[in-house]
Amino acid sequence: MAKERRGIEVSLAIAEAVGQADCDVIAAYPITPQTHIVEHLSEMVADGHLDAEFVPVESEHSAMSVCCGAAAVGARTFTSTSSQGLALMAEIFFIASAMRLPVVMALANRSLSAPLSIWNDHTDTMMVRDGGWIHVFVENGQEAYDHVFWAFRVAEDPAVRLPVAINIDGFILTHVIEPIEFEDDELIKRYIPEYKMEKALHPDNPVSMGCFGMPEIYTEAQMAREKALVGSYATCVKAWEEWAVLTGRRYHPVETYRAEDADYCIVTMGSLGETAMVAVDELREQGEKVGVIKIRLWRPFPFEDLYGVVDGKRVLIVLDRAISFGGPGGPVALELRSALYNRPQAPTVVNYVAGLASRDVTVEDFKAIILGGKAKAAAGDTAGFTLYGVRE
Amino acid sequence: MDKFSVYAARLVEKGEYFASGHRACQGCAEALAVRLVMKALGRDTIVAMATGCMEIVSSPLPTTAWEVPWIHVAFENASAVITGCESGMKAMMRKGKLPPKKINFVAMGGDGATADIGMGQLSGALERGHDFVYVCYDNEAYMNTGIQRSSATPWGASTTTSPAGKLSKGQRTQKKDLPKIAIAHNIPYVATACPSFPFDLMEKVKKAAAVEGPAYLHILSVCPTGWRIPSEEAIKYGRLAVNTCVFPLYECLYGKYRLTYRPNPILPVREYIEGQGRFRHLTPEDIEAIQERTTAEYEKLVKLSEEV
Ligand SMILES: Cc1ncc(C[n+]2csc(CCOP(=O)(O)OP(=O)(O)O)c2C)c(N)n1
Ligand code: SF4
Ligand SMILES: [Mg+2]
Repeated sequence: MAKERRGIEVSLAIAEAVGQADCDVIAAYPITPQTHIVEHLSEMVADGHLDAEFVPVESEHSAMSVCCGAAAVGARTFTSTSSQGLALMAEIFFIASAMRLPVVMALANRSLSAPLSIWNDHTDTMMVRDGGWIHVFVENGQEAYDHVFWAFRVAEDPAVRLPVAINIDGFILTHVIEPIEFEDDELIKRYIPEYKMEKALHPDNPVSMGCFGMPEIYTEAQMAREKALVGSYATCVKAWEEWAVLTGRRYHPVETYRAEDADYCIVTMGSLGETAMVAVDELREQGEKVGVIKIRLWRPFPFEDLYGVVDGKRVLIVLDRAISFGGPGGPVALELRSALYNRPQAPTVVNYVAGLASRDVTVEDFKAIILGGKAKAAAGDTAGFTLYGVRE
Repeated sequence: MDKFSVYAARLVEKGEYFASGHRACQGCAEALAVRLVMKALGRDTIVAMATGCMEIVSSPLPTTAWEVPWIHVAFENASAVITGCESGMKAMMRKGKLPPKKINFVAMGGDGATADIGMGQLSGALERGHDFVYVCYDNEAYMNTGIQRSSATPWGASTTTSPAGKLSKGQRTQKKDLPKIAIAHNIPYVATACPSFPFDLMEKVKKAAAVEGPAYLHILSVCPTGWRIPSEEAIKYGRLAVNTCVFPLYECLYGKYRLTYRPNPILPVREYIEGQGRFRHLTPEDIEAIQERTTAEYEKLVKLSEEV
């Protein structure tokens, strides 16, 4: 493919990126809203546009298992799922990272049953937050396309060797048509050269993978995982920097909008960040000193980047798209509260949960959440969370 | 296939790919089966193994009994994992990322991994037609977790979750017929085997590896611990299982059944049942019921193998 700008459905752009990445094995099982990604990939294989094995498995559990086997022999491996599919593959999701298998997943975020809902929020991905994968959130189609390459680049780096999940809001992103800047194949090849895995399964050099660990070694194995994931941060950032040099598109673990001189900020992850920016523009016109903080890199958690942007702020209003039932709030707020707890002059954190199962969060809603959060902070009403717009 | 039909002890591969020093119980015929399977497969093999006795005894970190590349991911998914290995290698060799090489892709699991929790994944892998061999080591219960029943546990066997008691004769269901389920997938090769008949077993392993497409091997693997027999009698009980026709040795190559061994004389099942602790509570009438069923099943198999 040559460099070009083209209007295309984001799911198809993701599939094309997987093709440009010269993926070897794709194993996936259909589930809304991920389906267009894998349908297009199987089409590309069927038409000879992509030389890969498309393994049409009988379940998501098998999809992740096939990915593990393929990644273990050193193949470049991709899968995609959502919601129930992620829940079904969760057992193997955790094992993939423990075994340091660099699988890349496009996770089209969708709510978990019940009640059954095909719509978008972050309840699926939050379930596997502690699964040991690198997690990145994208905000639009271009970012989704770009991050396919970034994900392979980071996952396969010998210093990292971890699976990467690209979180893409279901429907809101997957099903919209956007103008996408496609990069040419040569540039992609330079960015992600052919992957050679060390110690892959091969009869010429037998290794055992996935051995059983007694208590004497389990703790150390977990520490090794923790170190690998924390250590991947440097590669994540470096890979973004190199992408910026090649394409001019620049990404950061935590990004901000009009936050420098803001007293208080709304914190988002994923596609809602764009709506938040519009709301902030309007509030700025009314004289509110407000900004947006967007967390792009969710795991490894970017503590220092976060401190760099929140120090000196008075209030953070965190918009979560999932609930930790029976707990103190949404998962993003929980993490921020604990990251900031011992920080001198830490901002007050107020938590809203909104946009469950794609319930619209409009600019007006954002304004209400931002101003409501500010008022709550002033009143000292900061415990727990508020489920925005719920009919009781 | 003809070239595999002559076998003599001195022709058996000298190499060991499942090394000694693993931690299986004394007299474990499942470990013996693994060893024989690996001898027949040889060095150019990749093994994906399900959680279970053989995985646990062979791989306590930082040691391994495996002389070939080996991977364990979870309990139910060895068949999916091996199809991932096969697909990955196939793609990379086709694309010139790896030099071409003939490799045996082999998934292994116990009866629990195969008949119960991994049934769907096995069916999926067989149906998709990958070039691999699935080996089920059937010791007729979940031994690794302490002798719980599986759907391959035979009627009347007492296990820790199908215990014999005042109101119970042990396992209440008949053994699930896994080879028939495999055959129903119309795959090139399905066979039963038992390490008490090592040459028959190794010949079948070679055939399974030689055919193009999926092959399924079902290996009765006597477990002295779970069957409650003396550890030195595993081979004897394997022979008895076959010679009583409780576990007939047969194969089905491209849909054609063949009994690879016909016991003569056929021994009464009583001889197989009597010495095993797991069947101790059964009455002579119970054993007679098993005898009738065994005879009927064997006759069906004889008929199938006579069809041309
Ligand atoms: C999802 C899951 N459920 C349950 C277990 C516990 N488990 C491990 S091995 C095993 C039984 C294995 O039985 P089988 O497959 O017959 O192999 P054997 O140990 O008898 O050789 C069980 C129940 C597990 N590891 N994973
Ligand atoms: S419990 Fe049975 S199958 Fe498991 S190692 Fe011991 S003898 Fe072998
Ligand atoms: Mg068993």
